[in-house]
Amino acid sequence: MDVEIVVKLKKGLLNPEAKTIEKSLNLLGYKNVSDFDTKKVFLMKIDAKSAEEAGKQADEMCRRILVNPVIQEYEITVK
Amino acid sequence: MIGVLEFPGSNCDYDVLRALQDVVKTEARMVFFKNQDLSDLDGLVVPGGFSYGDHLRAGAIAAKMEVMDKVKVLAAQSKPVLGICNGFQILCESGLLPGALTRNTSMKFICKWVKLEVQNSTSAFTNLYKKGEIVNMPIAHGEGRYFCDDNTLKELKKNNQIAFAYNGENPNGSVENIAGVCNREGNVLGLMPHPERSSEKLLGGEDGRRIFEAMVNHIKSKK
Amino acid sequence: MIKRPNVSLSDGEIELARKRLGREPNDIEWAMLDVMWSEHCCYKSSRKWLKLFPVDGKNVLLGVGDDCGVVKFDDRWGIAIGMESHNHPSAIEPVAGAATGIGGIVRDVLSKGAKPIACIDSLRLGDIKHDERSKYLFENIVKGIADYGNTIGIPTIGGEAEFDKSFNKNPLVNVVCIGLVDKDRIVHGSAPVAGDTMMLVGSKTGRDGIHGVTFASEELSGSSEEASRPAVQIEDPFSEKLLIDSFVEIFQTDAVRGCKDLGGGGFTCATSEIVHKGGKGALIDIDKIHLREPNMELWEIILSETQERMMLIVKKGCEGEVEKILDKWDVPHARIGVVTEGDRYIIKHNDKVIVNMPTHMLAEGPLFDRKAEPIPKRVIVKPKIKDLKKHLISLLKDPNMASKKWIYEQYDNEVQARTVIKPGQDGSVTRITDKEGAVLGTGCNSHHCALDPYGGAKGALAEAVRNVIAVGGEPLAIVDCLNFGNPEKPRAFWQFKTAAEGLAEAAKAFEIPVVSGNVSFYNESEGKPINPSPIVTVLGKVALDRTMTMGIKDEGDDIILIGETKPELGESPKVSLESEKKVDWMMLRLIENQSVGAAHDLSKGGLGVGLALMAFKRDIGFDVDISKMAEGIPEAEKLFSESHGRFVVVTKYAKGVLDAAEKYGVKAQVIGKTGGDKLSYGPFSVSLKEAKKAWENGLEDLII
Repeated sequence: MDVEIVVKLKKGLLNPEAKTIEKSLNLLGYKNVSDFDTKKVFLMKIDAKSAEEAGKQADEMCRRILVNPVIQEYEITVK
Repeated sequence: MIGVLEFPGSNCDYDVLRALQDVVKTEARMVFFKNQDLSDLDGLVVPGGFSYGDHLRAGAIAAKMEVMDKVKVLAAQSKPVLGICNGFQILCESGLLPGALTRNTSMKFICKWVKLEVQNSTSAFTNLYKKGEIVNMPIAHGEGRYFCDDNTLKELKKNNQIAFAYNGENPNGSVENIAGVCNREGNVLGLMPHPERSSEKLLGGEDGRRIFEAMVNHIKSKK
Repeated sequence: MIKRPNVSLSDGEIELARKRLGREPNDIEWAMLDVMWSEHCCYKSSRKWLKLFPVDGKNVLLGVGDDCGVVKFDDRWGIAIGMESHNHPSAIEPVAGAATGIGGIVRDVLSKGAKPIACIDSLRLGDIKHDERSKYLFENIVKGIADYGNTIGIPTIGGEAEFDKSFNKNPLVNVVCIGLVDKDRIVHGSAPVAGDTMMLVGSKTGRDGIHGVTFASEELSGSSEEASRPAVQIEDPFSEKLLIDSFVEIFQTDAVRGCKDLGGGGFTCATSEIVHKGGKGALIDIDKIHLREPNMELWEIILSETQERMMLIVKKGCEGEVEKILDKWDVPHARIGVVTEGDRYIIKHNDKVIVNMPTHMLAEGPLFDRKAEPIPKRVIVKPKIKDLKKHLISLLKDPNMASKKWIYEQYDNEVQARTVIKPGQDGSVTRITDKEGAVLGTGCNSHHCALDPYGGAKGALAEAVRNVIAVGGEPLAIVDCLNFGNPEKPRAFWQFKTAAEGLAEAAKAFEIPVVSGNVSFYNESEGKPINPSPIVTVLGKVALDRTMTMGIKDEGDDIILIGETKPELGESPKVSLESEKKVDWMMLRLIENQSVGAAHDLSKGGLGVGLALMAFKRDIGFDVDISKMAEGIPEAEKLFSESHGRFVVVTKYAKGVLDAAEKYGVKAQVIGKTGGDKLSYGPFSVSLKEAKKAWENGLEDLII
């Protein structure tokens, strides 16, 4: 199964990287750009019997190590 | 005997060992993260550096290594456990301390000496300072911004768990200028500044030395 | 009629290759010669002139000819020191280029059995005020050095940066690394015993950096796409850190006979040079090399410039001991060959010989005698300075003289808990033993070198020596990085040749040996070369209780100007090596017997800027009267001339200092007193606060 996990900073947490990039874009003339945000994407293949099982394993991986719940939230997609 | 935990990528391990052995003059040994028995240790320091290259998140991978279960046992036994810089990140990621460290708001690595206010003077590491005392220590980090949610912050304040706060200038955007926190019992401390780099006058100042001295006293008092 | 091979060698070199081999080299052999006989690998244009340098001395434990030099520090320790450039990669991809530059020089030091303990960086960037690309390169070069150095736990304890439009398209990234080695356990880049195992250690080999090799693309590969061959070498500092930690442990055993890092020229260079140096040959099985990607072509494997790799010559029978340590640190490794008797360099694939050459063919490239055409000296145009105060502020704001805090606060300059004198002083000091420290000072004014390469090169060494002296250090050794334009152009080559001559003369006069160095040619774009930049770094030694800094520390002390100020504005100031030595020697004595409380050597911006910098450290101003010095020359010259051989000291024992000066035959005079919140020079004064603000923000304002 192809699994994709998208991780982003929790709401309320400042994302200085996104802020900096948005500022740079504005300075380059793209003044109509706002709400710039960044996410991290993890991609992998999981050898599992079903999409559900792969999703469950991915979720476990997130909770164990891939995601820090204090500052991040995540979304899993199994293809 | 105080152990200094060594992960692949730890950089400040020998600096801490030197501060313990040569400056504070106490028994200390390096503890490689694999296949180690920590039961002989009276205390432990998790030093700074870039364990696992800071990949995934700073300290995230080290925090999941088997040795950290043994560190949790030490902490549960009320032995002093100190996390410096990357060590602080590892202690937070492993749940031994609340909150998390993330990227400096300036997006840049910053290395400079900063002023800190001692806010907890009763923990096993800070009892040689006066509450409110302003001390100087160096920082060197790219992911030193401390964050915790409002409830956690309330708890930290209620239980006197904020050990050090940046004074005058907040170099990384940490919430409430937090530079170091301890657990409720006061035997686990994590801080971003480097006491091992501020234990000798020759290197710029000695304000950090008392953290190690307090740790040694604490161990002696328990024997 | 034999087809001309697709190499970037000249017709003469191609004929030479055929003659030396005694047959037509095959395609892979041509590809290897293309790399080994390139300027970068064999120094064909420069070798003749580098022979001028004095390289011997009682403190030289390992001299030129290996990956770096090693200098005797005391009865136990040697200091390994090397200097390298990574200019062209940094111009293309500044983060990776600068990062891999650090990686390379650190491995050079590590390969001699030394634990790397500090780095210094010398940067030349373009006009960051007006040129967007220069600004981009600058920000990212600093980021590259920071990310890499910080991750591997080696402090960058000092450095310098120059900004000039001649570097717009060709930034210079020169890096120095020093390491600590037991003087009886230095490891050479040599394989002198047949039967020893050749072990390739480090990151799995991939297709990095092959793009530049023009030859191979057409003839050999059928289907490899351009895209799969990254032009840039990507850095992996975590892997480098594991290499360092495992090697420091390995060097404590007796299992290693020789070691060399894989840098420019990759596998080919390291394996051929190491056996050639040992007077032996090599038998290599290419199938043993651990690879990152499947289906790599043979020439791709041989020419790859994957970073973070080392070549170890392991004593026969000791392989297991070494591999155990490497496995502890999870460092990949492979036994890829054996050192042989004789001088044949042989590579086998599937048991068939695919390369068979005498080692000297690879390790000893051709030697050229390039044509040099002198550039006529420019007519000196004296700058017209009407408003002295305004000029001072403009100099303080100029990125060349402004505070470099924006750079060095991104570098961890304290990891390893050794740094005693940190960035922001004339030189840097790192603790070696409880009582003594190593000093690093660097210098090169590329403007002066453009006006006069010979005098400018002498001045570069004079300045580097003064930087070491200013913190109390006694010079021990020189490393250098000579950065110039296209050596095939006679005028650019003349700049190199005369600079080499000047540096050689100065080194001989100072009696300091050159123990290692690097030459970087072809730093030019669209026919315009960079300002010639022979950058020099001097290693010194200091007693830790006798170090000196430049900040004014008390009010009411005397300020003494030492040395002679000449009207040399707009020129390349003359270097009198005899005067330099006298002044340096006296300064060391003054610092040693604690006669001075602050010392600063004068260079860019002359006395005006120099005094200001001393005041900014602790916000204590001064009241100076320049009418008392260098009588007869205009005020602008007194303030801003960049004459060599000068220091400013602050002292409570003025008479003692003046007496010493008379004894040594050195010019010296009291020019004022410390104190107050102004910088008063006589003809004008400026508030310390205002001047410091301009200086602190000068560089940073241009970046934001």
